[in-house]
Amino acid sequence: MRREPRVKTLRIDDCDCAGREDQTVLDVARENNIRIPTLCQINGLTNVGSCRMCLVEVKGVPKLLTACTTMVWEGMKVVTNSERLHEYRKMILELFFAERNHICAICVANRSCELQALALELGVDHIRYPYLYQALEIDSTHDKFVLDHNRCILCTRCIRACSEIEGANTLGMMRRGVNDKVITDLNQPWGESRTCTSCGKCVNVCPVGAIYEKGLSRTESRREHTFLPYLTIMRGER
Amino acid sequence: MTHDELAEIRKAEQERKQKYKHKINVCMASGCLSLRSDLVKEAITKEVDKECLADSVLVSKVGCVGLCSQGPIVVLETKGEVREGITPEDAEAIIKSLGAEHDGGNSNELVDGVVLRLDSKFFTRQKKIVMEHSGLIDPDRIEDYIAVGGYESVLDVLTEMSPAEVIDQVTRSGLRGRGGAGYPTGLKWSTVAKAFSSSGEKFIICNADEGDPGAYMDRSILESNPHQVIEGMIIGAFAVGASKGFVYVRAEYPLAIERLKIALKQAEKFGFLGHNIGGTTFSFTVELRYGAGAFVTGEETALIASVGGQRGLPQQRPPYPAERGLFGRPTLINNVETLANIPPIIRNGGDWFAKIGTEKSKGTKVFSLVGKINNVGLVEVPLGMPLREVIYDLGGGIPDGRTFKAVQTGGPSGGCIPAEHLDLPVDFESLQQAGSIMGSGGMIVMDDASCMVDVAKYFMGFCKSESCGKCIPCRVGTVQMHAILERITDGTATMEDLGLLENLCGLAKNASICGLGQSAPNPVLSTLRYFRDEYRAHIEERRCPAGVCKFKNAGKDVYEEDLEVRDETGTSS
Ligand SMILES: Cc1cc2nc3c(=O)[nH]c(=O)nc-3n(C[C@H](O)[C@H](O)[C@H](O)COP(=O)(O)O)c2cc1C
Ligand code: SF4
Ligand code: SF4
Ligand code: SF4
Ligand code: SF4
Ligand code: FES
Repeated sequence: MRREPRVKTLRIDDCDCAGREDQTVLDVARENNIRIPTLCQINGLTNVGSCRMCLVEVKGVPKLLTACTTMVWEGMKVVTNSERLHEYRKMILELFFAERNHICAICVANRSCELQALALELGVDHIRYPYLYQALEIDSTHDKFVLDHNRCILCTRCIRACSEIEGANTLGMMRRGVNDKVITDLNQPWGESRTCTSCGKCVNVCPVGAIYEKGLSRTESRREHTFLPYLTIMRGER
Repeated sequence: MTHDELAEIRKAEQERKQKYKHKINVCMASGCLSLRSDLVKEAITKEVDKECLADSVLVSKVGCVGLCSQGPIVVLETKGEVREGITPEDAEAIIKSLGAEHDGGNSNELVDGVVLRLDSKFFTRQKKIVMEHSGLIDPDRIEDYIAVGGYESVLDVLTEMSPAEVIDQVTRSGLRGRGGAGYPTGLKWSTVAKAFSSSGEKFIICNADEGDPGAYMDRSILESNPHQVIEGMIIGAFAVGASKGFVYVRAEYPLAIERLKIALKQAEKFGFLGHNIGGTTFSFTVELRYGAGAFVTGEETALIASVGGQRGLPQQRPPYPAERGLFGRPTLINNVETLANIPPIIRNGGDWFAKIGTEKSKGTKVFSLVGKINNVGLVEVPLGMPLREVIYDLGGGIPDGRTFKAVQTGGPSGGCIPAEHLDLPVDFESLQQAGSIMGSGGMIVMDDASCMVDVAKYFMGFCKSESCGKCIPCRVGTVQMHAILERITDGTATMEDLGLLENLCGLAKNASICGLGQSAPNPVLSTLRYFRDEYRAHIEERRCPAGVCKFKNAGKDVYEEDLEVRDETGTSS
């Protein structure tokens, strides 16, 4: 016996909003044209709340909550953009830039990169932390695609797309902490993967220049991920 | 199993034990076992047989006595003596000493091993609820546990109480979770009891993933009396309406696992697990799950993911496990020690428990004392006991004539408490006010030869390598914080670095998904609070007051260091 989701009213910044109880704060904010920065979130895939860009303050809750994973509740009061949140978001971006190797000038994603765009938007103009510069490999064994670990921000969008939409479960993650690494199958070269269908979904959801199509120039490699919600619905209905 | 049948077993067992004139208990928990206490027991048993004393002397294997660093430990229960550092060669002398009337100092000559009386401060200042039977009964014999009143609470609960009444007793007891956060257990139970499950299914998980450096309370409890934990689980399952339980225990605890397995089999055989327990309609089973030894899988959402067969990654909450836990069902997660408190609470009533401890911190807490302290071991004390008593009366003070500098409580999520707070009562609130936490109960004692910056660096290094990597403030934040601490202890940091460090602490604390990242800054923040001078000395004077840090780079900047390396490898002239 399924119950219809109830409607809740809440306040996001200065806006009185209505949302269904199965909607996230992020969904409702977007419907009301309130912009909350995001990186790991992408419509059509499960939300994992890992990039922490969408952290918001909720009145009466001592902890900061991620807008992408928090369902709305009645009477909720949300602040999406305080001085403190802005500082944290900038620091988080700095940490991303310092983590691996981000030299935009030589990157396929230059000017179509969500990380770069956020840095511009939030005014991150220098990095105060030493670059960790781990020496990571580039897997170009696949016929069509390349995976450059040096630019990966470990958002797991590709992993989720591969498993939740394509159903191939080719992509996964190994190790932990700063040594986390996206892998194909059991850490075999991508080109040798027998599960990859070469569908290209992972390429299209990657927010940065970590997974890209071979042989395309920068301007050609624009990402297209508006198809995901559609596919999600199709998959859900099967 | 009915009350009468249980009483019968208990009586038979008690009578069997009373037949013996002397009882010798050999500790066979991990600590003593690693010093081959099994050989000691073998030798003593042989000696008993040789002297034809098998009818009057009972030699048993028992769990942890508490003096873990001085093993092998042998307790002459009937003589009220604890002997440490016993070897198989001492067997003869031990048996001989049974005959001699006890007269204080003389027994020292009989056995090569210092004698501690059971009525010495180390034991009398403790208050044992969780560890009450630890070191006195054989963990592998359910009859031993039944003899001391075990499993009575389960039968009482199932036949005479409603789930609401059980929860009421737990709530009245004021028990708070012993796994770290100190969340009120009664409240958690009632939340899970009330949570709606569309399939009617609920779960209970015992968190035995203990991963704090320097902590081994949960291991000891499981090795010493696994039945008490299982009994707590059955009661919890009944209270919240769970029909299936899991013990998530780390695979590095092979002895605890072995004893749990035996205990589960016995509990099933005796009808405390399985269908229609105690002739009631309540059915409950328990399965073991092994953790591969990641600290983060102790965090409850990560633990649930791991039990469910997923990668052990934490999740942003809400939803809380009480609402959506294992396989999406309401799930009760409790720590080993929390659950072990339940049978005594049911037996004696919640009000009895609430009389022990302080106003907001009830009952006792098991602490593992490690570091620069004479009695390295496990103690259980009423909450609210001053730190000084724990460290000096129970811990026996600081060795080698050195002075106490600080005690680190709460593991990597905790902080350091300096000497000026030695009179602090050990309870949830006081520790928190002092900038640390109770955590799971690890206490690492440090003397004046310890450098607090170095200590902070150690814990940050731990968090850095244990971070699961899911969220960036923790994944990269810990690495950057550790690097700054390294620069400070290297003598290459600036005061600017200290500012960055404090900023990163704030970020990790407020922006991380789970407790690991949120609390990773605590050791840094607490040492900054009490020992900022030491940080200053490192940065401004390039000097380590405790003489621990070696300033191999003092006075040079990082680039010079790089050049030096190249010199050594011969790539530059
Ligand atoms: C990183 C991390 C590690 C943890 N490790 C443990 C652990 O080893 N054992 C444990 O019982 N609780 C651990 N906890 C706390 C648990 O998440 C949880 O709060 C506890 O098991 C709840 O039981 P309690 O209410 O009985 O304390 C940990 C928490 C965090 C954030
Ligand atoms: S991934 Fe984005 S931020 Fe990184 S180098 Fe490429 S364009 Fe720059
Ligand atoms: S191309 Fe498709 S199947 Fe292959 S890894 Fe990417 S998402 Fe998975
Ligand atoms: S490859 Fe791209 S999509 Fe995949 S985790 Fe890395 S950054 Fe995210
Ligand atoms: S805080 Fe650390 S351990 Fe917890 S989810 Fe984030 S990265 Fe993982
Ligand atoms: S978008 Fe919410 S945490 Fe990444």
